[in-house]
Amino acid sequence: MPNQKYTPDRPAKDSQANGEELRVIGVPRRRVDARAKVTGQTRFADDIFLPRMAHCKLLRSPHPHARIRSIDASRALAHPGVYLVLTGKDLPIEYGILPVSQDEQALCVDHVRHVGDPVAAVIAREELTAFEALDLIDVDYEILTTISDPEEALATPEPRIHDYGEEGNIHKRVALEFGDVEKSFAEADEIFEDIFFYQGSTHLPIEQHAAVATKDPDGKLTIWSSTQTPHYLHRALAKVLNMPPAHIRVSATPNGGGFGGKSDPFNHEIVVAKAALLLDRPVKICLTREEVFYCHRGRHPVLMKFKTGVKKDGSITGMHLQTLIDGGGYGSYGVASTFYTGALQTTTYHIPRYRFAGCRTFTNKPPCGPKRGHGTVQPRFGQEVQLDKIAEKLKLDPAELRLRIVEAPNTVTANYLRLSTVNLSECIRRVVKISDWKEKFRKLPEGRGVGIACSAYLTGAGLAIYWNKMPHSGVQLKLDRGGGVAIFCGATEIGQGSDDVLASIVAEVLGIDTFDIRLFTGDTDLGPVDLGSYSSRVTIMAGSAALQAAERARELLAEAVAIRLEVPKEQLRFADKHVFDSVVPERRVPFHEAVCLAEARFGTIGTVGSYTPPKSPALYKGGGVGPSPTYSYTAAVVEVAVNPVTGWITVPKIWIAHDIGRALNPPLVRGQVEGSVYMGLGEALMEEQEFRRLPKKLSHALVHKFPSMLEYKSPTSLDMPEVVTELVEEPDPRGPFGAKEVGQGPLLPIMPAVANAVYDAVGVRIDEVPITPEKIMKALAEKRAGRDPRCGPSHFPHVDWPEALRVPPPWEGGDGNAVNDVPRPSKPRPEKEKVLSS
Amino acid sequence: MMRLPLFEFRSPRTLEEAVRILDGQGPSTMPLAGGTDLLPNMKRRQQVPRTLMSLRHVESLRHVQLSDSGSRLGACLTLTDIAEDPRFRNGMTALAQASALVATPHIRNMATLGGNLCLDTRCNYYDQNYEWRKAINFCLKKDGNTCWVATGSSKCVAVSSTDTAPALIALGARVRLFSRSGEREVALADLYNNDGINYIKRRPDEILAEVLLDPLHGWKSTYWKLRRRGSFDFPVLSVAAAARFSTQGVVEDARIVVGSAASRPLVAGEASKSLLGRSLNPESIAEAAALAARIAKPLDNTDFDMTWRKRVTAEFVTYALRELRGNDMHVERESVTRHPLPQS
Repeated sequence: MPNQKYTPDRPAKDSQANGEELRVIGVPRRRVDARAKVTGQTRFADDIFLPRMAHCKLLRSPHPHARIRSIDASRALAHPGVYLVLTGKDLPIEYGILPVSQDEQALCVDHVRHVGDPVAAVIAREELTAFEALDLIDVDYEILTTISDPEEALATPEPRIHDYGEEGNIHKRVALEFGDVEKSFAEADEIFEDIFFYQGSTHLPIEQHAAVATKDPDGKLTIWSSTQTPHYLHRALAKVLNMPPAHIRVSATPNGGGFGGKSDPFNHEIVVAKAALLLDRPVKICLTREEVFYCHRGRHPVLMKFKTGVKKDGSITGMHLQTLIDGGGYGSYGVASTFYTGALQTTTYHIPRYRFAGCRTFTNKPPCGPKRGHGTVQPRFGQEVQLDKIAEKLKLDPAELRLRIVEAPNTVTANYLRLSTVNLSECIRRVVKISDWKEKFRKLPEGRGVGIACSAYLTGAGLAIYWNKMPHSGVQLKLDRGGGVAIFCGATEIGQGSDDVLASIVAEVLGIDTFDIRLFTGDTDLGPVDLGSYSSRVTIMAGSAALQAAERARELLAEAVAIRLEVPKEQLRFADKHVFDSVVPERRVPFHEAVCLAEARFGTIGTVGSYTPPKSPALYKGGGVGPSPTYSYTAAVVEVAVNPVTGWITVPKIWIAHDIGRALNPPLVRGQVEGSVYMGLGEALMEEQEFRRLPKKLSHALVHKFPSMLEYKSPTSLDMPEVVTELVEEPDPRGPFGAKEVGQGPLLPIMPAVANAVYDAVGVRIDEVPITPEKIMKALAEKRAGRDPRCGPSHFPHVDWPEALRVPPPWEGGDGNAVNDVPRPSKPRPEKEKVLSS
Repeated sequence: MMRLPLFEFRSPRTLEEAVRILDGQGPSTMPLAGGTDLLPNMKRRQQVPRTLMSLRHVESLRHVQLSDSGSRLGACLTLTDIAEDPRFRNGMTALAQASALVATPHIRNMATLGGNLCLDTRCNYYDQNYEWRKAINFCLKKDGNTCWVATGSSKCVAVSSTDTAPALIALGARVRLFSRSGEREVALADLYNNDGINYIKRRPDEILAEVLLDPLHGWKSTYWKLRRRGSFDFPVLSVAAAARFSTQGVVEDARIVVGSAASRPLVAGEASKSLLGRSLNPESIAEAAALAARIAKPLDNTDFDMTWRKRVTAEFVTYALRELRGNDMHVERESVTRHPLPQS
């Protein structure tokens, strides 16, 4: 039973704002998909079994970089039980998530770019048969030079991993300047220069990617897949299969976790779709854990250099940030990731002048992409650790320093991001209070320490992946005579609770129970487009669309009920499955009767709603990455215990406060905060997407060091500390019922807060993640030897940066355009170039 | 998902029947106890036996006999059986702690004592699936010619990763091996070779049936394990220590064993000897710790940096000896294990 209380003598009045009582929103509720999840009845992609279903396995490249001279599959085809073998020539059309990076092929045609790149697919009666037949495919490779990291990529322009990009093995290079940063350094009392390294990590969802495709009786294609972005997969399938989109149905099954790792269209999805069409039988693939490590699209390893000027009072005069990014073998979201490494520095603290240069290189490793906090996590680490160093030098408490420089609400930043509500100060004050910060900072015994850090994150990306003027999310509602309400929406449930968000908003507006609602989500045939579960966009975008659709339905019902009850419709309220006269609450009709009245009057009751984000003031090229309707804010205090002999580190407790706007369902919000803390601790302490280069004289191999859940170390629930979560709620006018995001932002302060706590505990700076006992012990040895007590990178390689686009900040007379850019073409450019620049 | 290769399955009811099945088959027939090591290895094609012979229904392998004249433990006792049975305390604490620190509750419910003693050696270049190993052209231990950990090495350096063996060696255990041609008793310390491939002297036709312990009056023992997480990792360094004390607290006998630092558990003989006739005090502990650490030569084939593993060995020996001395070590315990443990 839902646990909201019903008080018949106090019916809810207007459900949207006005300070009136909300009955669903903000009330701790059992989520709508909870029963299925806890009883094991949720049907994930791998749970789908269809008659005559065949199984697919992919043959993957054992070489990090090679040309394919030839493939001979005849022995595999002759193997008993094998139905079909596909190779690159069967699916030659290139695709990719970004229109500017159409650089993938479902099966490599002539060039493999990392160990694990798929070159052929076997479809067989049994999975084991398909696996055995992989070894019967003969591939003749010509080995190419292995390029293992960005420095090597900069130094090795040939052979090129891709024949597009800036030059050599540089995929993307960007430079932006908002105001004269050199001048800002001249005005500073102190200049801080620091180099940081943020190691790559992967998403590690419990569910491995899986997909089942089938050819429908009428010849159309249906695919069920654990994808976060059914709409983008739909587009990629139409392109690669060269089929009308109207003949393709993509159904996103509930994801057993995504975290960004299921946001690209994947080769295995395209392969099973093609195979199902050719064989006219269902075809399934479920990746192994090792293969999930090869799909990757995880956190980019980033080397970064911060130069920041500050006044004695702590105010920042200017900042110059450079990032060097290890992209792996494909583009993926990488162009966006590159911009993101420089996008959000200005959203937390006032930075009047800001310069950013970022460079992403290709390397022979699985492609990096978006992981929780996409591209903003790495520079946030550097910024917050540097701020700790600044506070120490200026003899300021780091919490106090942050409070002095927090950016004001309703501001347009130096790089033209428009902020809405900003409750970072309140977050800082809360964690300072509940952690007893003032009694702990620099006061705990040797080996114990506390650290603080803050962050901001987007509540939905302001632009779609591909340029278009249509809404980012749509919802259809259908109301039936029995009082049932069905929600149709493309939004995808990946465990984050998007179904519950939609149900709670509709239930609140219509005065019904969330369990009276049926949801049809994540299906390109059944519901209107929602762009997908990424960039923390679903609550604000699908939620706002649902709100609009529900309000339109309520309007129809109110009009019909007003006539029946003979009261003005403005006087009606919707609550407890009834429509009331707010003046004489005894005058009421049950909800299902209200639907009947409305249907009698207007015909079938169905309404739609949609959402388009507000226009951004960032008009310069590259200004498409970073804008959001509003930003969430987080502050965290982490306590650590460090053994001064071994460097062994544990985290006994974490306090975190998150500016959520409004919590639609508080336990889900807290769950997201704690989930972020867990993931952040993994990145802070142990996770590494690390590769092994065998001795060059003996081998060209470059392999993932430990593509398994056992040896890729990620904390378990047993390793989790106590977490105290505070929610700061000031409804944001831009969000549905005031809600902002919570899926990603709370991750960001964890890693820098751990690093800052280690310094408080034992007086050493670990300027890279993960922060391991080995690194702490090394820095402790430096300290004892009287050298710089630090472990971290010391050198940022030379990059030939392009001339920066100069965009004067708003307070220097800027209008959001670059003053030195070529004029923007008035006609839309070809789709390939349109993304991210509009 | 990764699929098991096809195999024939046998399920004998008696030890006699079991050894008849193994007789003359060589490594192509493998005994299956809990399967928590062997089955994942088979999925990765590290072992591809033609026949698996389950020991689950051989009742005689699950017995426990504890008496004043010594103890006999059936090899198919599960690790949960041992960790949760209060009889495995006092002298045998190290065994209970080692059992409790293996993997997860689910795995301990399946995994057996004998299986943990026979655990395949582990290495980051070997514990990978078939495709991964193909990408490095395989390695010395399986299907290849090069040891990628030490490319000049003619010997495999995969790591002994059993938790219970160091603990039982510290307790002076022997094992009984049973085959169709007879049975033999071997000191557990002598069961292992320092060779990642031929790491165990058990022949393919033998079943490790029983662990034998002499009486442990006056003995105290403890087990310390280094791993990244408190939840389910293999050891990357372990220290088992046992000592018999006089009523005055003087060490009359001692055994210190360093695990997961070579292809076999290493008995720290000099370190153990250095304690004889002395009480455990900061000086004697530091001396023994330094001596024990000297024999640990970890390589770059497990989790954590090998230099660091080497450097914390002395620290772990210190923890163990301080605990035997009676110090309250629960803060250090909780810090490294995050795990409730059987106490003596």
